[in-house]
Amino acid sequence: MELAIGIILGCCALGAGLAMIAGIGPGIGEGNAVAKACEAIARQPESKGSVTTTMLMGCAIAETTGLYALVIAILLIFVAPNILVDILVNTISSL
Amino acid sequence: MQKVSWRFKLVDALYIAMMTLPLLFAVILKVMTKAPSEGISITGAQVYFSIKMPLQDLVITESQVNSFFVLIIIIGVCLYLTHGISEKCDLKRQHLAELIVEKVDGLVVENMGEYFKGFSPFIIAMMALSAFSSLLSLFGLFPPTSDINIVGGWALLVFFLITYYKLKAGPWVYMKSFAQPVAILTPINIISEVATPVSMAFRHYGNVLSGSVISVLLATALGGLSSMVLGKLPGFLADIPLFQIGIPAVLSIYFDVFSGCLQAFIFAMLTMMYVAGGFPEDEYKKRKAKKKSKINN
Repeated sequence: MELAIGIILGCCALGAGLAMIAGIGPGIGEGNAVAKACEAIARQPESKGSVTTTMLMGCAIAETTGLYALVIAILLIFVAPNILVDILVNTISSL
Repeated sequence: MQKVSWRFKLVDALYIAMMTLPLLFAVILKVMTKAPSEGISITGAQVYFSIKMPLQDLVITESQVNSFFVLIIIIGVCLYLTHGISEKCDLKRQHLAELIVEKVDGLVVENMGEYFKGFSPFIIAMMALSAFSSLLSLFGLFPPTSDINIVGGWALLVFFLITYYKLKAGPWVYMKSFAQPVAILTPINIISEVATPVSMAFRHYGNVLSGSVISVLLATALGGLSSMVLGKLPGFLADIPLFQIGIPAVLSIYFDVFSGCLQAFIFAMLTMMYVAGGFPEDEYKKRKAKKKSKINN
């Protein structure tokens, strides 16, 4: 019983850590976007306002996949262990 | 500058109280109901009480109560800024109010076109609600935007708006827009239609929540660090929060102020883009012309 609960908790934590690997993608993507925005501003300083607005919008949209991973990680850490342990206790007590 | 009457000042004081008192009430409510906790505590919204309902209990949580406080604060700000406006513009606050109205009108017309000009009150309401809700965390309160239920409700509202404006050119055009550019892509189009509110809600909620989680982790880590460095000292010297002074404030400026305002702006921008992008302008004009010719005949 203790071993089973331990496995559940450990695997939830591992899964949360693995889910956050998705943070690599938005990091690279946003870096590219900001680099290009810097180039654009250097070439045409008068278009700074609109370039900055568009860049922030694009960054926010590129961030979405990372935030999905974050939500999954938070669910795995704070929500999943309780539910899974409840299920385990119920099945063992019903046997 | 003309002399202001005492009645004007009284109403002003009322509006200022409307802006500040909800904040005070929220802080008092939090202090009274929150149980003291040790170490890391990352919890969701606190449940105040629940009302019995046929299908499921209706729970009144911290986020709902705080968002109603935010509503009162925003109404107070609006009333204060527009109190005593005149043609001569002899109050300073009128300049601020006019600046906000002009900026938002310009933003909406620039991004959505002339047809959606009436949208600017909705957009600024959305922006103010989101920004003020996120800024509540500066006072140590629970920001309503880090609750998926609140932000999901806003995203659902935006989804209904998008669908309403897509249906403006008739249901047949709406149905046909799913089979664009080829009919095979219909399932993917339906998925992307559903994904719009989900991604909007998750984006806003994830950003605010990740900020508060990182703030809590950093505060705990700094507490541990200062107790490690000063823990060996005798007496009250061991309790000096050496590293907790100042460092969390720098992070708070990014996560609470910058990120909160940016997410409000992005939510409003995405609302404008989705609503204006989904609106079939050409078909709508055709349909309108058809209706007009029918009436004339």
